[in-house]
Amino acid sequence: MNAATANACRTVNVYLYTRYERFWHWLQSGLILILLVTGFETHGLFELLGFKRAYEIHNYAGIFWLIAFAFFVFWIFTTGEWRQYVPTTRKLLAVVRYYLFGIFRGEPHPVPKRKEAKHNPLQRLVYLGLAAFLLPIQMASGFLYWSYNSWADWGLGWLSLPVVAAVHLAGAFAVLSFLVVHLYMITTGHSLTAHTRAMICGWEEVEEREAIEDWEVKARRSPA
Amino acid sequence: MRFRRTLPSGAAAVIWLMGVIAQAAPDPTAGGPPAAPGREMAQQATRGPQRWITSDHSKHEALKQPFASGPEVTRACLSCHTEAAAQIHRTIHWTWVDPASPPEKPMGKGALTVNNYCVSIHSNEPRCTSCHIGYGWQDNTFDFRDPTKVDCLVCHERTGTYKKFPAGAGNPAAKPTVFPGDGKTYEPPDWNRVAQSVGRPTRDNCGMCHFYGGGGDAVKHGDLDSSMHKPNRALDVHMGVDGKNFDCTRCHTTRAHQVAGRIYSTPAATERTPLTRDDLTPRITCESCHTATPHKPGIKANDHTDKVACQSCHIPEFARVLPTKMRWDWSTAGKMKDGKPYKEKGPLGFPVYDTQKGDFLWEKNVRPAYFWYNGTIDALSLKDAVDPSRPVAINWPVGSPQDPNSRIAPFKLHAGKQPYDTVHKTLLVPHLFGPPGSEAYWQKYDWRAALESGMRRAGLPFSGEFDFVETTYVFPTTHMVAPKERAVACSECHTRENGRMAGISGVHLPGRDANRVIEVLGWATVLASFVGVGVHGIGRAVSRRRKEG
Repeated sequence: MNAATANACRTVNVYLYTRYERFWHWLQSGLILILLVTGFETHGLFELLGFKRAYEIHNYAGIFWLIAFAFFVFWIFTTGEWRQYVPTTRKLLAVVRYYLFGIFRGEPHPVPKRKEAKHNPLQRLVYLGLAAFLLPIQMASGFLYWSYNSWADWGLGWLSLPVVAAVHLAGAFAVLSFLVVHLYMITTGHSLTAHTRAMICGWEEVEEREAIEDWEVKARRSPA
Repeated sequence: MRFRRTLPSGAAAVIWLMGVIAQAAPDPTAGGPPAAPGREMAQQATRGPQRWITSDHSKHEALKQPFASGPEVTRACLSCHTEAAAQIHRTIHWTWVDPASPPEKPMGKGALTVNNYCVSIHSNEPRCTSCHIGYGWQDNTFDFRDPTKVDCLVCHERTGTYKKFPAGAGNPAAKPTVFPGDGKTYEPPDWNRVAQSVGRPTRDNCGMCHFYGGGGDAVKHGDLDSSMHKPNRALDVHMGVDGKNFDCTRCHTTRAHQVAGRIYSTPAATERTPLTRDDLTPRITCESCHTATPHKPGIKANDHTDKVACQSCHIPEFARVLPTKMRWDWSTAGKMKDGKPYKEKGPLGFPVYDTQKGDFLWEKNVRPAYFWYNGTIDALSLKDAVDPSRPVAINWPVGSPQDPNSRIAPFKLHAGKQPYDTVHKTLLVPHLFGPPGSEAYWQKYDWRAALESGMRRAGLPFSGEFDFVETTYVFPTTHMVAPKERAVACSECHTRENGRMAGISGVHLPGRDANRVIEVLGWATVLASFVGVGVHGIGRAVSRRRKEG
């Protein structure tokens, strides 16, 4: 036992997620769940709601998500929360090492959460990839799939429906894989339910640490 | 007690509230949901029975004179309708030859067309031409230019008593005569009565031939049979006597006796013009009245109309009242019971074996076959060589997924097994119907003699060697349109197993089609994620226990 592990025993309560952020998280998770279930039913994997209903719900949920996502984009830029998603390689390997080995030895997390830096470098990469790449691709391919009959009018006649459908399907598998890992990762907090609790009430019990380091916060143009 | 006191005021409040709601709710008869485009106009264009002609034919002197035969009546008709016979002579109803077919290879019943029912009319005229709109097409000496040979009555009489004798070459019986085929007695017409009854053709006029094609009720089309004389709405939403009660001519609009509809390889319509754009357009296509977006705005089915024919969803099955013939195997004909021809009835009440004709298969509520179709049906002629190693398509729908005029459309696919020339590789014409002592198959039951006679009278070569070959024949399914609540459900096509579209390629069908590479890689990724978190989770549990221990 070294000093670091001894420190890990002390925890503090931190307010991590604002009300809108939590709302958006749960709204998005609900939509993703609905879209996955209805999407895979439309795909022909199983029969639950019937093709017609599954297809209709999938479309409504998809359109709803597009609109809701616009609010999220607005939120993330007006609040400056986008800074939380700026990727960094610093301590990235340490975090990877932690999840591969350290976590089994009871070591402390190399980059504990703080209000100003609530995502560790690995999370930043994953969530940036999700919010800036995977989900937009899913929304774009889904919207195109949905608007197939208008392609010719929009000058998109060169698009191939099987390709758009394949991209949308690949995205769905990626989202499903993310969901599997994500659901597991929320049990790796200070306690099994610590992360979940944070996403419900905003407060999370995290390991005490002096302060976040400069590299974790993207510099503002003027001092805040 | 308190409850009792408050009840009246509570009930009054509820009634008041209901009144408010009723006022606020749209009146379903007045406004209702937004009507599909063109619907109102289509309804106007096809509204209710009314008198269309300004003449009462029972008052015409020309029709009061004594008549002894059909041509005499026709002469009387032509005394006023001077151009009618000339018009009729140009129609396929008269010529039985496709005017669009090349002169060196004329197609049509009267030419080189062949089917897998009774095969061809050549040598069998008196029987087959009982459905010709003329008098006396006995053999190939019939004068197609004689105006008095046109049978006006079969299409226009409205008493329902006028019947052509089934083996009379288009003539009604001259005296009461029994037809051995059905055992019924055919009476000569009351000429004055039928002549004075004339009007626009009804379902019964068209149905007299078109419901009984192939020599009997429900044999041929699958979507046209005697149940369509007086269909209910469930059988045909347009023609139902409890629905719109359409006659055939509501959609098969007619100009100068040219009836709208497909003629062999000539589509019924090349332009999909709705009435909303041209009020004189033929009403022959669904889109004529219903437009290309017939469903309510926002309904996905509107997006299907560029690829899927209306009929594909709206005729879930054909032969919904009477079973229709689905297979006819001539190769087994000729078996005798106690030295005599016999018939055997099947479970549906229709013959499954007939010494004259072979084995039959009848089916009811048949799910159609689907093909890409641009309105053209091409066909083999009696001169074309066939490949007997596989089933021969006698006719086939023309169309492709790339063709913007093609749609996925429903068909009855009739299978047959019929004689072909093993040397010339052509299909053969059997002489089936003939008087006693003739070479006809139904007299001598000798295939070679019947084929020899049939081909000779068709003017075609026969090597003398023959065998039987499997064939297919398609009929577009377009009648028996079901009410919308009985339309085919999405899941009957959008499914992986045994879907209606299983044989259709060239279109991406969600629920049926998927990129198999993505599918495999996708599941592998998901599985790997599960395994990864599973192993990780077990590792954490073990290490924690070890630490605690």
